[in-house]
Amino acid sequence: MQPLEKTGNILPLLHEIRHALEDLLATGQTMVIDLQAMPFAPSELVELKEILGVGEVSAELHALGKSTIQETAFSGAWWIVHFNIDEKMISQTIEICHIPAILMAQHADIQMGLQQLSSTLGGVSL
Amino acid sequence: MNSATFLIWVRETGFLIASSIFIIGLTIRFFEIFMLGRKKDLSEPKGCAMRGGFKTIFTRFLPQDSNTFQRSYFIIIAGYVFHIGLLVALFLLVPHIELIRAALGFGWVGLPTPVVDFLTVLSLISMLALLWHRLTNPVLKMISDAGDYTAWILTFLPLLTGYLAYHHLFFDYTWLLAFHILSAELLMIMLPFTKLMHTFTIFVSRFYGGAISGHKGVQV
Amino acid sequence: MNQLSLEERLRLHGVSRRGFLKFCAATASLMALSPAMIPRIAAALENAKRPSVIWLSFQECTGCTESITRSHSPSLESLIFDAISLDYHHTLQVASGDAAEHAREQAMKDNWGKYILVVDGSIPLGNKGFSTIAGISNVDMLIETAKGAAAIVAVGSCAAFGGLPKANPNPTGAVSIDMIIKDKPIINVPGCPPIPVVMTGVLAHFLTFGTLPELDHLKRPKAFYGQNIHDRCYRRPFYERGQFAETFDDEGAKKGWCLFKLGCKGPTTYNACATTKWNGGVSFPIESGHGCLGCSEPNFWDAGSFYAPLSTPIGHVAQNAGYALAAGALAGAAIGFANKQKSSQAIEKHEEITVNDLIKGETK
Ligand code: SF4
Repeated sequence: MQPLEKTGNILPLLHEIRHALEDLLATGQTMVIDLQAMPFAPSELVELKEILGVGEVSAELHALGKSTIQETAFSGAWWIVHFNIDEKMISQTIEICHIPAILMAQHADIQMGLQQLSSTLGGVSL
Repeated sequence: MNSATFLIWVRETGFLIASSIFIIGLTIRFFEIFMLGRKKDLSEPKGCAMRGGFKTIFTRFLPQDSNTFQRSYFIIIAGYVFHIGLLVALFLLVPHIELIRAALGFGWVGLPTPVVDFLTVLSLISMLALLWHRLTNPVLKMISDAGDYTAWILTFLPLLTGYLAYHHLFFDYTWLLAFHILSAELLMIMLPFTKLMHTFTIFVSRFYGGAISGHKGVQV
Repeated sequence: MNQLSLEERLRLHGVSRRGFLKFCAATASLMALSPAMIPRIAAALENAKRPSVIWLSFQECTGCTESITRSHSPSLESLIFDAISLDYHHTLQVASGDAAEHAREQAMKDNWGKYILVVDGSIPLGNKGFSTIAGISNVDMLIETAKGAAAIVAVGSCAAFGGLPKANPNPTGAVSIDMIIKDKPIINVPGCPPIPVVMTGVLAHFLTFGTLPELDHLKRPKAFYGQNIHDRCYRRPFYERGQFAETFDDEGAKKGWCLFKLGCKGPTTYNACATTKWNGGVSFPIESGHGCLGCSEPNFWDAGSFYAPLSTPIGHVAQNAGYALAAGALAGAAIGFANKQKSSQAIEKHEEITVNDLIKGETK
């Protein structure tokens, strides 16, 4: 089968990422691009991924199914994919930020962990 | 009525009405014209009528002398641009060819849409320029009647709506497409009974003129 | 349980705040909202209560229910379903007959004025007996259940526009929901069937914001039906260049050229297929090599053959042209003869005038 025609959406998207990175440097403004809101030809997402490449950080999250957070070769641009428990992809985005918010420890979770730790310690006698 | 049902109506009932009137009208007009007949020319032929007739069909595509061209170059150029653009849009846009194929059982290859689009724009501009000329030139204005303006509007609307539809301008595409088809149907209905009939009679009349000259041995 | 907010319920299931944020991100994508809306969604969902849903199925093929249930196990959609309380769905529930009807009446009473009514299938008005549930006709059940609903979601082209039952010649006198219910907000989610996440997306919107999404002129949520398939189609460059597949297995088809000539109705169809896609984002009809049928548009069954180009007329064109030609020829000949008659009469009446006649005329 011959390669299918491109939508031509990759180039504008790369420009958008460039502008967003400039904004991030200048003002600290972060941005999220929803890849599922754009039409792509079957081969284009693969191509986009190749162009963006793989950067230094890569993380995996396990909450309501797996998520992969991968810094692209362009630092500050992150490729984030969320899967559900069934391993079906539910969202695919590119985030422009210093660190994706989803990686940050959350207050509610810290609180809960703290409680648990305290109760564990409470039961331990030194 | 919503846009989808309106589109179905123009593609079904509307087209049935328009194509019937169009075909009936054309046939009536041709029967009328040809049954009028012509008086037998008893004079001795000084040349070939047939040859003169057919030759004129083609020679009239060009201005006969540079003088004529210089006097009305605007009308000639704008007229040509508009007619060529119209014919290209009508016969070389793929959706139109598919319509012809569905109706007549055969078709041909079309042009890329940007080309058709460009010629359509030229056509629209030429038509506007020609209208402006008609309205400002005192002689032309005086000899223009309602029939001329009707013909202009009937031709302009399908071009304009087609252009808007292609670019998805101002309205929902379904509405635009339906209006485009409707405007073309209006054109089909009116064509046999207005000056637009020249689409079909032009070559007949050119032939007659050429044949008369040919018979008389006048150079054509 | 019904009084807990969504976040509290997720936490009960051992889902962390991170998991909740992930859920919000996916919900934003699901509702076709900008990612910038995620914090607002999170804030809203933190406090969202579980709305009651009553689902009525009328003249339908169960395809819509199939579509939505096939997709949701166990996925984001199932979480949305967890987040609502589906109190009545006679195709899915175990109870039937009287017991089921009691469940419906109970849910209506408990949530009067607040529940969401989801309907799939059209309503036959020709004869009430054409379609009944537990002896109650569709139209009666709809009117009764609609009374206490906060909003009605018409799922599928049948409920939204009449669909297949309404196709010419419409033997049952089928009509859409909005032909019967005039005094309630109605959201149409057409499609044959609709994309599952579009259905859940509408429910998610209601769940999140407690309001209806923005609708277009056919009462469809703009977030999903604001997109023109042709505008979003990845085969569009071929259309522009004039490269078309002529059959389903020619070179053009293999190269993925535009399907316009094979009857694609993408140019007049508004739906999210080209971006949201089907089967968990795998592909959509045009990507699989078949033209769009236009199933989310009104009366798509009556819009001519699925395989005839959009620009072609519907019906028997050639046959009609033949009749028109014959009629024209007859009329033309008749008029022609009348004209001839007129001219020969004129010739007959013609009187020769001599110079003498003229002089006589002058002296008169
Ligand atoms: S396949 Fe259909 S939607 Fe895609 S470009 Fe061709 S006509 Fe348009």
